Amino acid sequence: MNEATTPFHSKWYRERTSTYWWMSSWPYFLFIVREVSSVFVAWTVVFLLKLVNGVSHGADWYQAFLHWASQPWVIALNVASLLFVLFHAVTWFNLAPAALVVNVGGRRVPGALIVGGNYGAWVAASALIAWALLGS
Amino acid sequence: MSTRTNEPLAWLLFSAGGVMAAMTLPALLLILGVAVPLGWIAAPTYERLAWLLANPIVRLALFVVCATSLLHWAHRFRYTLYDGLQLKHLHEGINFACYGGAILGSAVAAYLLLL
Repeated sequence: MNEATTPFHSKWYRERTSTYWWMSSWPYFLFIVREVSSVFVAWTVVFLLKLVNGVSHGADWYQAFLHWASQPWVIALNVASLLFVLFHAVTWFNLAPAALVVNVGGRRVPGALIVGGNYGAWVAASALIAWALLGS
Repeated sequence: MSTRTNEPLAWLLFSAGGVMAAMTLPALLLILGVAVPLGWIAAPTYERLAWLLANPIVRLALFVVCATSLLHWAHRFRYTLYDGLQLKHLHEGINFACYGGAILGSAVAAYLLLL
């Protein structure tokens, strides 16, 4: 390998980009917010697995989980996570037509239809989850 | 020069996880993480949740949601560190921590839900 290069950086002169480049404009900032939403997705999984662990150990452990989940810091983290996860969902669905090119009868399905289908599926999935958890 | 990479696989899992997380996590978190602890609605009964988790389809679905969401995190967070904080030169450690963490979390999910 050429000593003057590394896999990702050529060593010739280039102007250094600030570490805070994403704070210089609103779209850049939203881009980074969207990327950071993944951390809250991961936290939500940890939270759900704690619930599953509680329930699988019996009613007492489930009560202990509910007690743990009602601490202020856990609620605050979950409220923040909900905002990030919602931001992830909305940006994900709105981008879907860019990643999903569907052709029917030789004509491309319009993006609005794909976005609409995603939101429809989201409503259905959320209703199913609400029913599973709370329905009688 | 052509180089074969695992990037398409990582991206596929990232994408699958993105869909799973977007479809299921807002409702789950709103109900279980916010509405119940704040007392807006009564907590699901233990019997209800035990009944749900006794169903193999529910367990498998929940495992898929957890594992793909974690791989989604790994991929996206890796690039956040690369680009947002310009840490691309640390790629070996970052890859290990991100994908290793996701695989470890998926193993915990498999232990809790599939065994």
